[in-house]
Amino acid sequence: MTEQDGKGSGAVSGAQSLVTSLEAAGVTDIFGIPGGAILPAYDPLMDSTRIRHILVRHEQGAGHAAQGYAAATGRVGVCMATSGPGATNLVTPLADAHMDSVPLVAITGQVGASMIGTDAFQEADIRGITMPITKHNFLVTDPADIPARIAEAFHIASTGRPGPVLVDIAKSALQAQTTFAWPTELHLPGYRPVTTPHAKQIREAVRLIKDARRPVLYVGGGVIRARASRELAQLAALTGIPVVTTLMARGAFPDSHPQNLGMPGMHGTVAAVAGLQKSDLIISLGARFDDRVTGNLDSFAPHALVIHADIDPAEIGKNRHTDVPIVGDCKEVIAQLVTLLQTEGADGDYEAWVAFLAGVKKQYPLGYDTPATGLAPQYVIERLGAIAGPDTIFTSGVGQHQMWAAQFIGYELPNTWLNSGGLGTMGYAVPAAMGAKVGMPDSTVWAVDGDGCFQMTNQELATCAINDIPIKVAIINNESLGMVRQWQTLFYNERYSNTDLHSKRIPDFVKLADAYGCVGLACESPEEVDATIEKAMAINDQPVVVDFRVHRDAMVWPMVAAGSSNDEIKYARDLAPDFDENDL
Amino acid sequence: MSKHTLSVLVENKPGVLARIAGLFSRRGFNIDSLAVGPTEHPEVSRMTIVVSVEESPLEQVTKQLNKLVEVIKIVELDGPGSVNRELLLVKVRADASTRGAVLDAVQLFRAKVVDVSPDAVTVQAVGNADKLSDLLRVLEPFGIRELVQSGMVAIGRGSRSISERPQRPVAVPAPPMAV
Repeated sequence: MTEQDGKGSGAVSGAQSLVTSLEAAGVTDIFGIPGGAILPAYDPLMDSTRIRHILVRHEQGAGHAAQGYAAATGRVGVCMATSGPGATNLVTPLADAHMDSVPLVAITGQVGASMIGTDAFQEADIRGITMPITKHNFLVTDPADIPARIAEAFHIASTGRPGPVLVDIAKSALQAQTTFAWPTELHLPGYRPVTTPHAKQIREAVRLIKDARRPVLYVGGGVIRARASRELAQLAALTGIPVVTTLMARGAFPDSHPQNLGMPGMHGTVAAVAGLQKSDLIISLGARFDDRVTGNLDSFAPHALVIHADIDPAEIGKNRHTDVPIVGDCKEVIAQLVTLLQTEGADGDYEAWVAFLAGVKKQYPLGYDTPATGLAPQYVIERLGAIAGPDTIFTSGVGQHQMWAAQFIGYELPNTWLNSGGLGTMGYAVPAAMGAKVGMPDSTVWAVDGDGCFQMTNQELATCAINDIPIKVAIINNESLGMVRQWQTLFYNERYSNTDLHSKRIPDFVKLADAYGCVGLACESPEEVDATIEKAMAINDQPVVVDFRVHRDAMVWPMVAAGSSNDEIKYARDLAPDFDENDL
Repeated sequence: MSKHTLSVLVENKPGVLARIAGLFSRRGFNIDSLAVGPTEHPEVSRMTIVVSVEESPLEQVTKQLNKLVEVIKIVELDGPGSVNRELLLVKVRADASTRGAVLDAVQLFRAKVVDVSPDAVTVQAVGNADKLSDLLRVLEPFGIRELVQSGMVAIGRGSRSISERPQRPVAVPAPPMAV
């Protein structure tokens, strides 16, 4: 291990070496909570002029904040916790980041090296616990290893398929004296992500694209992570091929673009579901054929050939047979497809297909019923999107409000829609919004949350109020665990077992917001919606929480029931779309 | 299902075995046998893993294994192109009246007696799985008191080596400012 010229210094504590290493890795913000084992690190952290540490109220909040920070900025998010319970509280965000490929570095304190394995106070084998839910993790017991492990952690988290890396550092290593030396090179013989696609595969893909009659661009979160929206726009413009953007890819391609069919999957648009289901060529870009997209796999897109481009070779062919596998970074893959198509001429004949899908899109637009009394949750979310505008960053929790936020807000830009897609973590919205706001202080950040989700992590409102992080929260309060209730309505004979939260009564969200030093607003009728949103938009020096008290029986449509074929999509309850396939 | 033998080169670091074993269990793949040991490079260990899976899940296992940062290389060794061996130690009941017959069997299989007591002998045998199970079948009637068997180790035939030196290191971007 050689050190950067002039970067070596004299004897320092392991803790100082850690803080200097984090600075060297370019860290400017950390979300965390101190405790016994990590305590030595917090002393030099206090003197760091480059790193702002934000003291959160729960380690889960630190983890989701780091995720929101990373998802909004593209930079590695960093969280810090102590050993034992501090570390185990990071498990959910780590698993979430692992599923959604979020670059994250988690630093945890561990009991002293001589105590490891003795069931010491606040000891937990967090390296063992997080092995299945991190891209990689380390246990450091020798203080001399700290700079190299930190450099490796940031390299692994941010390259290839991004993901979370945990560095567990024994308290004894933080306390011991060492020398700081930032490495100039890393020795990771088993880590060689392939980013440049194979030219032969690109040629083969272009051949299929030119021969196809019913192609579709199936765009996943990889396009967002690879920052490949511009390349995607070129490919779409050049070929005219219709686009579907998955839950993780909302914003990768503008919703206002006529080629965008919307979101596919369980609660996707009829046009997007049909676009995949009836296609003869799926061009998958950074997507992973998740069960929420494919429905029953055996009957998914039965006539389609598949081009599958992903930076992770293990995703290719995992769920669906691939005809042309392309391993590479989406930015490079799409750019090369564009270049070759320009050279060869993008002369595919998709006219009938595009017309068919335009017809489906027109015939089955997203919509919702307006209740005779009370407030439609979809209306609130639709107005929020319209008033806040396309530069706003939206986060969401998980459930009905998440699906409505994915459906009824028009996303025009990448990294403006942050949610928990793979793991489906309730409680993601508020801390993720906090992290996004720290990373993008000039952007408006709205957390669209459910009353159930909000009650899982809302203590971070205190963090936001105290640290001048003025996020805005829209609670879509249907006083229920709404999505579970929807399934009970549809599949459990309307037996509402344990889904009634009574949250229009307890807690009083306006008072709760006030207690946390935030502005609390409430809204119960459609007439008040615009004014309430505008009022919240006007407050920029304090977090705002709006309790939108919506009617509880709204359901998310369209819907493909779990395990069903996409052919069984219901546009609304007991209403299946009727495709006139003779049009094809 | 068919058996496949994977030779996996891994970094010789603590916790690698747990990572690999964990990956097999959480992805729902059963390990038939696993053997770990050092290689000609002190920083590299070699695992020989035998799994019973179909062709397509095998590809998924290999890809998932390859994603582990500490896994350097994976090679599938096929039967004819490789030599594979297991080690068996078996304690067989053998008194004065049966010892001769036991020793005959041992000799037939080119096994070795490594310990003797008045009423038992301990036999060491090396071979592929078929040979060892044949030996056990022959020894069974005398009475097997105790048996221990290693995982399989395997190596490709010919002069080529799968454990070339690891590649060049990765350059680290310089810190944003002098630190």
